[in-house]
Amino acid sequence: MIPAAFDYKVAESAEHAVQLLTEYGDESKLLAGGHSLIPMMKFRLATPTVLIDVGRLSDMRYIRRDGGQISIGAMTRHEQLENSDVLAEACPLLKHVASLVGDPSVRHRGTLGGTMAHADAASDLPAAVLALGGTIVATGPNGTREIAASEFFSGYFESVLAPDEMITEIKVPADTGGWSYQKFNRRAQDWAIVGVAVADGGSGISLVNMGSTPLRASATESALRGGAAAVDAALMAAEGTSPPEDHNADAEYRTHLAQALTARALAEAGAS
Amino acid sequence: MKETSGGIGTAMLRKEDPKLLTGENKFVDDIHVNGELWMGMVRCTSAHAKIVSIDTSGAEAMPGVHSVYTGKQLADMELWAAPLPCAWPVTEDMLNPPHWPVAVDTARHVGEIVAVVLADSRYQAADAVEHVVVEYDYQKAVASIAAARDSDDKAHLELDTNKAFHWELIPDPDALAAAFENPAHHVIADFTQQRLIPAAMEPRGVLAVPSPMGGEITLYSATQVPHILKVMIAATTGLPEQKLRIIAPSVGGGFGAKLNVNPDEILAVTLANRLGRAVRWTETRTEAAGSTHQGRGQLQHIEIAADENGKIQGVRAHLDADMGAYMMLITPGVPLLGSFLYTGVYDVPAFGFSCDGYFTNLTPTDAYRGAGRPEASYAIERAIDILAGKVGIGPDEIRRRNYINGGELFEDHEAASTLIFDSGHYAPNLDKALEIAKYEELKAEQARRRESGAGKQLGIGMCTYVEICGLAPSRALGGLNYGAGGWEHATVRMLPTGKVEVVSGSTPHGQGHETAWSQIIATKMGVSSDDVTVLHSDTALSPLGLDTYGSRSLAVGGVAISMAAEKVIEKAKLIAAHQFEASPDDLEFVDGSFSVKGTPAKSVHIQELGFAAFTAHDLPDGMEPNLQEQVSFDPPNFAFPFGTHVAVVEIDEVTGGVELIDYIAVDDCGVQVNPMIVEGQLHGGIVQGAAQALWEIAIYDDDGNPTNPSFMDYLVPSAAEVPFMKTDYTVTPSTSNPLGVKGAGEAGTIGSAAAVMNAVVDALSPYGVEDMDMPATPRRVWKAMQGGAS
Repeated sequence: MIPAAFDYKVAESAEHAVQLLTEYGDESKLLAGGHSLIPMMKFRLATPTVLIDVGRLSDMRYIRRDGGQISIGAMTRHEQLENSDVLAEACPLLKHVASLVGDPSVRHRGTLGGTMAHADAASDLPAAVLALGGTIVATGPNGTREIAASEFFSGYFESVLAPDEMITEIKVPADTGGWSYQKFNRRAQDWAIVGVAVADGGSGISLVNMGSTPLRASATESALRGGAAAVDAALMAAEGTSPPEDHNADAEYRTHLAQALTARALAEAGAS
Repeated sequence: MKETSGGIGTAMLRKEDPKLLTGENKFVDDIHVNGELWMGMVRCTSAHAKIVSIDTSGAEAMPGVHSVYTGKQLADMELWAAPLPCAWPVTEDMLNPPHWPVAVDTARHVGEIVAVVLADSRYQAADAVEHVVVEYDYQKAVASIAAARDSDDKAHLELDTNKAFHWELIPDPDALAAAFENPAHHVIADFTQQRLIPAAMEPRGVLAVPSPMGGEITLYSATQVPHILKVMIAATTGLPEQKLRIIAPSVGGGFGAKLNVNPDEILAVTLANRLGRAVRWTETRTEAAGSTHQGRGQLQHIEIAADENGKIQGVRAHLDADMGAYMMLITPGVPLLGSFLYTGVYDVPAFGFSCDGYFTNLTPTDAYRGAGRPEASYAIERAIDILAGKVGIGPDEIRRRNYINGGELFEDHEAASTLIFDSGHYAPNLDKALEIAKYEELKAEQARRRESGAGKQLGIGMCTYVEICGLAPSRALGGLNYGAGGWEHATVRMLPTGKVEVVSGSTPHGQGHETAWSQIIATKMGVSSDDVTVLHSDTALSPLGLDTYGSRSLAVGGVAISMAAEKVIEKAKLIAAHQFEASPDDLEFVDGSFSVKGTPAKSVHIQELGFAAFTAHDLPDGMEPNLQEQVSFDPPNFAFPFGTHVAVVEIDEVTGGVELIDYIAVDDCGVQVNPMIVEGQLHGGIVQGAAQALWEIAIYDDDGNPTNPSFMDYLVPSAAEVPFMKTDYTVTPSTSNPLGVKGAGEAGTIGSAAAVMNAVVDALSPYGVEDMDMPATPRRVWKAMQGGAS
């Protein structure tokens, strides 16, 4: 619980953060809300020698609607998502999911950009962005690029983000159809044992903690597109997944939960 | 006449809280002295390994490192006179292999200390620990009670068995055998009490400060037991007892985990003494989870013999208890504390109990909230529900049919376990709980849901517990071979200005002694509770005491306070009589004032007599100056609080998720000094017991590695998981002490695990489920609903 020694730099802008990342390379890590990184450092599972604090970049905390699209600054805290009027109107799924992350202290520190970059398959918000078909905007030494959420997660706590890139913004479509988030856990503050996010009346379905990354329930999505009944399509939710085994669940139970929660989520989202 | 306020029975806010809530109070980790060195513990990463070699050179070269000591080096330095103490050798032939503060040749559980780093800062110590290279010769680990009992592997290679002791209590073997001869109903049940991690809010920590010229040591420790620690450190280290001072500053909870004599405490004292520098350590949460002692760890077998109406003829129980790798202070005694309660609140004509204690290569076990009694209560309260099912009557009815004295008021009842229950009045307590719970409505709702297939099954569980509190009579403890007495000491002094100073031998770690003791003084002496200050938890201020554990503070220590106050009043009365030129027999004492009977106009308040006693200008002939009295109180008997807890759970038939949706507790802890403190104790206790039922378990793999030693995987519930609890009370005064108090610290925990699990099993009964291991995880519940093994 005692982290190894590290140096600490405060980034003055996203460009400055990228500059520092380039300068310190692999040994450095961006620090946003810190509620994932700091515990990993305390367990010495992560031992960056330089922390680049981007959590103070308050001009990167915003939720804006531009026509059919919502743009969210990467340093926007979960608590801001949870209490956003813009999201209440245009993307209630994201608002609702944010309200279920961790506990109040986590939500007041954690950031959307931070949780996306952390790429934890068990986290709520990455799966929600995935179900919504969102886009991740990343800034690197060569400028800015956009990455579809479906292309973003590449493995266990891994994304396609380059070591010298920083997430600056997340975009999700506004005014999509029926939605639901079914999170099953044992304590309110915990990660989901399994979670299911449904966006746009069932056209986007994603699974939390059913593999090494947040996953789309592709078989269910295509069955629905093919006209299958929601209850039948839900039974395909775990197809193609490789559910992890831990103290809370084995693969059999996770598979059952994915199916059952998908059925509930589809019903709540109005898919029939 | 002065107004008295805040006396016994007042639900007043705690005096302690403003300082605690604003951070004014200091915990061990807040206290710093110049030149202090931090200890960093190198801990064994295997459950059982011989130590081949330890290379400390890399660590010694690290910045800020003062020195590194291996167990062998420390043994050669002869820093201690004896191994860590076990004060409760339950049998004469109990095996108790030496437990050194740092392993010398062999480490026997993950987390056992094999070397100690001393460095200028905590961070430097932690860095250096990573550079100590230990070569191990790995041995087969004994990783469960069943393995200890059934396999050929040995937790201690030099012993030819893992069984440390066999203890039994069978008062009348013939009667017991007769009871189990062809009973109409025979319940045979086995339960597992999983290991639990105590998880106090404040981790443990120590700071040992030597006097500059040497010879004297002050130890600050996050301990429940400064007085016991002082005796034990002297005995263990050979340091002169009168040179030791132990201070427990603000202590943030303990639940038993802070009543031990720990390796770190011995190391800090002896190294500080040797080096002439202050030595400190604060445990990390990982260390707390795997190295500080754990609770429970028992396999229980219980049988009930009953007649055709469900009237119990006999109860017999056997435990296989997990000692862990070593005997700590009261490790072997914990199951025995429960032995007397396997008959619960019932009139049981014949009783037998036996326990085998086994060594494993796991973290040592010891007292944890309730210590043996929640386990006992769980077994009998689960088993009696099973009996109800066999007889075909409700869980309330089976209890009524078996209550001691038919549920009516009794005093001084001798149980088949040979204990004398001080007082009880069980039926009205059950009635009240069922009324508050709206039991009939709940049953109707349950039936409705079962018929309609509503998707969420309702489960209703009850537990009618009795507890042994007020861990005292010294003779009774001696009879159990416990290594200390059970008395408690108190001093009450009236200061010259009329304020009252109380010195308490029992030592709070969150209970609210300062408030409760002030209330006792307010009622007894007729002063405002604001005029009372309580001194405690420093052996220099409070030299005599036996500390806080086993729900004993009020029933033993609080009574001692009350008795010392009475002695002060008696002396003050002589001074008042002297001033009135009257006979003391003609004086009466009302609301703090003395007056001659019949002439109340002329009176003197006890607070006005403090100055007279201080100046001593005009005291009765032969009277010593000052108003100060002390009492060591050793009660004649334990106290036996009881209560009825009702838990209501909802089980999601699809996910297996269990939600505790209502909780009703009607407790009887005798006379209440501060009902608000009682309620707080119950809330915390109930959640702690429910946590065993639904969330908490320390899990080890087959090699003895802890697999969930963090708060990410070891699930301590938060307020979000707990319903708004409905608490109420009956009051049946104890006959064991003049205040009529019984104790409430462990009651919640003792009642709640069984109530919650009875509710879970009740909810699952339509699925044919008759029992389930704790914790009732969603996966376990789901599998049970599928008809699979739990």
